[in-house]
Amino acid sequence: MGLEVHLQLATESKIFSGAATRFGAEPNVQACAVDLGMPGMLPVLNARAVQYAVMFGLGVGARIGKRSVFDRKNYFYPDLPKGYQVSQFFEPIVCEGKFEVPMPDGSLFPVRITRAHLEEDAGKSVHDAYAGQTGIDLNRAGTPLLEIVTEPDFRTAEQAVAYLKSLHSLATYLGISDGNMAEGSMRCDVNISLRPTGTEVYGTRTEIKNVNSFRFVEKAIAVETERQMDILESGGHIVQETRLYDADRNETRSMRSKEVANDYRYFPEPDLLPIVLDDAYIDNIRAGLPELPGAKRARFIETYGLSDYDASLLVDSRTTADFFEAATDISKAPKLTANWILGDLAGALNRESLDLTESPVSPEALAGLIVRIADDTLSSKLAKQVFEGLWLGEGTADEIIEARGLKQVTDTGALESLVAQVIEGHPDQVTQYQAADEAKQKKLLGFFVGQVMKASKGQANPQRLNGLLRAMLDSG
Amino acid sequence: MSTTPADVLSVAQLARLRIEEAALDDVTERFGRILDLVAQLQQVDTEGVEPMSNPHDMVQRLRADAVTEDAQRDALQRVAPSVEDGFFLVPRVID
Repeated sequence: MGLEVHLQLATESKIFSGAATRFGAEPNVQACAVDLGMPGMLPVLNARAVQYAVMFGLGVGARIGKRSVFDRKNYFYPDLPKGYQVSQFFEPIVCEGKFEVPMPDGSLFPVRITRAHLEEDAGKSVHDAYAGQTGIDLNRAGTPLLEIVTEPDFRTAEQAVAYLKSLHSLATYLGISDGNMAEGSMRCDVNISLRPTGTEVYGTRTEIKNVNSFRFVEKAIAVETERQMDILESGGHIVQETRLYDADRNETRSMRSKEVANDYRYFPEPDLLPIVLDDAYIDNIRAGLPELPGAKRARFIETYGLSDYDASLLVDSRTTADFFEAATDISKAPKLTANWILGDLAGALNRESLDLTESPVSPEALAGLIVRIADDTLSSKLAKQVFEGLWLGEGTADEIIEARGLKQVTDTGALESLVAQVIEGHPDQVTQYQAADEAKQKKLLGFFVGQVMKASKGQANPQRLNGLLRAMLDSG
Repeated sequence: MSTTPADVLSVAQLARLRIEEAALDDVTERFGRILDLVAQLQQVDTEGVEPMSNPHDMVQRLRADAVTEDAQRDALQRVAPSVEDGFFLVPRVID
């Protein structure tokens, strides 16, 4: 499999005109004369679109095309009023690169980037609202896209999805796209072909167009692979064609059945001159790049001693990574901080459908809690109660511990008296314990721990308690 | 280089041009002459010559990313044959 991703670049205005690109506007209010392809209109290239393309190229370690050229891709469709899409065919702005994708098991999967080029988006068609007619909205026409093409390096749906997630993460780190898949900011085409095990030559491929969520990519790959396998196993042939994934029916369908094979007759766009970038321009952009997910991940593992898995999850979004660093800076306990962010905090946010940026618990507040776990003031059980207080805005961790009376009893004297009380209260169990073998003793010890915990209202420090109990029971 | 009427018709189809039956031979003949000229140009040794994508010896100037166009829908849709709810309406297309 190879993937083509269309990434909408987060510019204010269109790639070739000064019309706005905001999503969700009323039909055609953001389509100016250039976007409509009115006679005599000429394109003027948006500097930020070029800058974003170069940022992406540097982010995937690709060679930047110092001279790139726009071409016309010719086809007729009502949402493309000029009759051609301005794209880059022969000399793209981003050339070959290699992108390392972290897999769920912590390994890195290398994907070869073939190229990435700038182009303009088309408009939108509405097919079922007007009897016998199609409604055309050209607000999206001219929105800058970066089309990112890979070599056929993917063997599984899992690899494809991991790549897409990684790309999404990179684009949002760089700030070149909002990455909002539901609004079509990242759309994916999957090229799939099969070949018998042990052979080198790929079979005929089909292309699944415009899949717009990670989950659908996974499902579309599964059903299309199965469809091709069925055809091949029953002795049939795959037709090279474009297919559409229908999420409701979980199937792929042929899009253009009888149309003549696409022939886009690319030629250089005479209305635009070559883009020429010098080293100073590229170096300047390179110097301004933020730390990217791959580098950040490696640093988290190295500096904080995190596992591959935790590091991958944390760096997945820049917000989470920044939150983690801010909290760890105070807590000085990276692993515990990672666990709390990925565990209780993520769980609570998820329950309330909140984004980390909307979290009622700040990095500082969470760190305050973690400090008290690390210094043994709180057991993990008590910590959960403090977390609840933080979530509800009851103050800092220390204020909540004080107000709710949640301090763990670690003081040996206090613990000893609790243990003594419990031992006195359960003479039968004490006799049983002293007569029992080691395995049975362990079980009975659990009973005593439970009783002391109960007596302390859950505030006894479990590690110390264990030691104390054992010592006092053994001494009879 | 031999250009056939079928080649002409397929290019015409891609360009959405209708070529009258009576004119087909003539168009094929003229098409052929143009392509022959191109074929002749192809013979020239261009080894080491950078492809020319534009006759102007200049590079693309860039504009700042700023919204400079106001909504002009009403004015722009005045020339459209059919409009509803802000959409341009066209004969139904189903892919």
